[in-house]
Amino acid sequence: MEQDLSQLLAKLPEYERAVRTMNEIILANLVLLSEIPAPTFEEAERRQFVLDRFIEFELDNVSTDQVGNALGIIKGSGGERSILVVAHLDTPFDRSIDHTVSVAPNTIVGAGVGDDSLGLAALVSLPLLLKQLGLTFKSDLILMASVRSLGRGDIEGLRFFLDNRSMAINSGVCVEGVRLGRLSYASIGMLRGEIQYRIPAEYDWTRFGAGGAIVNITDVINRILELPLPRRPRTSIVFNRIEAGGPFNTTPSEATLQFEVRSESEAIVRRIERDLANITAETASQTGADVELSVLSRRRPGGLPFADPLASLAREIMTALDVQPRITPSTSELSAFIDQRIPAVTIGLTVGDHYNEEHEQLEIEPIGKGLAQLVGLLVAMDEGLTDEPERVA
Amino acid sequence: MNLNAWLKSNTYHHSSFRDLRALVEAKEEAGLRISLCIPTLNEEQTIGKEIVIFRSELMQRYPLLDEIAVIDSGSTDDTLKVAASFGADTYLASDILPDLPAKRGKGENLWKAIYQLSGDVIVYIDADIKNIHPRFVYGLLGPLIHRPEVKYVKAFYDRPLAFGQGIRPSGGGRVTEILIRPLFSLYFPELTAIVQPLSGEYAVRREVLERVPFPIGYGVETSHLMDVYSLYDMSAFAQTDLDQRVHRNQPTRSLGKMAFGILQSFLSRADRLGVLKSDRELETVLRQFQVQDKVFEMIEHQIVEDERPPMETVEQYQQRLAEFRAATTPKPRKGRKNGATS
Repeated sequence: MEQDLSQLLAKLPEYERAVRTMNEIILANLVLLSEIPAPTFEEAERRQFVLDRFIEFELDNVSTDQVGNALGIIKGSGGERSILVVAHLDTPFDRSIDHTVSVAPNTIVGAGVGDDSLGLAALVSLPLLLKQLGLTFKSDLILMASVRSLGRGDIEGLRFFLDNRSMAINSGVCVEGVRLGRLSYASIGMLRGEIQYRIPAEYDWTRFGAGGAIVNITDVINRILELPLPRRPRTSIVFNRIEAGGPFNTTPSEATLQFEVRSESEAIVRRIERDLANITAETASQTGADVELSVLSRRRPGGLPFADPLASLAREIMTALDVQPRITPSTSELSAFIDQRIPAVTIGLTVGDHYNEEHEQLEIEPIGKGLAQLVGLLVAMDEGLTDEPERVA
Repeated sequence: MNLNAWLKSNTYHHSSFRDLRALVEAKEEAGLRISLCIPTLNEEQTIGKEIVIFRSELMQRYPLLDEIAVIDSGSTDDTLKVAASFGADTYLASDILPDLPAKRGKGENLWKAIYQLSGDVIVYIDADIKNIHPRFVYGLLGPLIHRPEVKYVKAFYDRPLAFGQGIRPSGGGRVTEILIRPLFSLYFPELTAIVQPLSGEYAVRREVLERVPFPIGYGVETSHLMDVYSLYDMSAFAQTDLDQRVHRNQPTRSLGKMAFGILQSFLSRADRLGVLKSDRELETVLRQFQVQDKVFEMIEHQIVEDERPPMETVEQYQQRLAEFRAATTPKPRKGRKNGATS
């Protein structure tokens, strides 16, 4: 096994060189994908691009499933094991924004280039890259561009596939554009939700304390901030977005607050959810307004331990490529694998700036290492180097 | 010629040619060599993306193009450096046929491409297209590859305005609709079937390019249409809808200068073709006004539509042509090449 691992690590520079010979193809895929708007639930046009690429490369079983995921398989010689490689199709950007990408010698700039157009570009470039490297696998390699990943999509695409799959998935890799060095193999407990505050039309504005929706949503925020949060297990509440207000001469009657609760303990997430429900109900009764708490998505904590062979090997591959691993808990696709107890990791492909802004910027040069680590991981998974003894089929 | 019949048979949508595998097969069957020329002047913001897309999609994945060249008028930014870093052949127009007196303008770059590039077909694509896509090239090449009688393929674009429903006007920009279309309607009515006569994207057979003169400024597209029409007829033309083109918008004053240059080319060409006879020498000064502190100030622009002769009349070209014909494999040619090659 040791011999196999050292052989694999020795091959990484070759993988990196092969990626660099394909730079233009990867960049062209990145540009063409990035310029197709794909807000969550509207991924059809991007999906078609991915399917066309899969068909062109004559992957097996190129298809769309019931929820709209794009799938293609590189058949392995063994036929018993399979590895799922997934990148999400949707972006956080509305159709109306400028999706034009600009390319400079060292950087590429545009909305969604890192989240997750580069992941998708890697996915559709992977068959050619493996061919260039002369790599064949014993495992089936299932390539999947998933829909409905972000926000209200709540990883519905990947969850649907994993819930309804007809084949066993032995391991998985979630490919994200940014950032290189990111390594996630565990998920923390998470709850995303929003509190909507609406003052009814017949509201009595002479009532004591009637200051409008902004005042009252601010009170809600203050009450949430007063909730006691433990230092261990680590727990936090982040306010992500607030919408309220209108023109002068009107008192705002609506406000929406979006938040995210994160904790290493699922019990604490549940406790905070109860607290939030109490605050919501109490605010409604005190102000006479309609106040509603909605849970948009939730994640259970779990995943691989630090010493798991997959987690260890992923770190070794990164280190061998001179990439400093940054272990971060994930709340994205990885959670769907964790819920199904499928060993999986999330990796990033390059570094950049202005993440998730309209002018997100990626550096081109590190993509070589980013994709080399992906190939290394796939080879390791295929060779069984990432299996725990009890996990071996 | 029945223009409606021409429109029906010679107007395409780029999607008709999206099967690139089939298009490359047809190209190889026709034994065509195809060159892409991108004329530039300070285009460092957009040139990188164009090169990446065309090289990846139309050279590496599908070998539709045999060479991609940037011919530059003397940019003061990093246009050539950026283009070379992504693998384009890059040239300074002044380094091509350096013995000829220097001229500067987009038409000069297009004309010198005939000498420098070895394709049987040359595709010209402007460098300022923000939404560049392989369709800009394969959409123009499709009619030339499939129909030997077609010699000159023009692009046209959807230019959506704020029309919610029903019929909306479709055609060119302001200069096209206010100047070119009325002129063509008066003197070359069949050419009005070309939806966007001023579009900067077209693909042309060498046998045509070497026979027509090249105004080096604004008038190159207009005079091409008139010359090719006079040499052949409408059957030599086709046009392809390339959907939308996003580019920089020009202010009205710039369009005035453009219209003035085009008009010079049109009138001199119409005179030469015997369509519109005049003994009078054309003026070369355009006057425009600007207001400052309530004072009107006249601005004079000297705009001379200089012109290059048909390339086939240039002595060095005949030798060059012999080199092209003798060459069995593509090789670097005379003229300084800046940066990397494909």
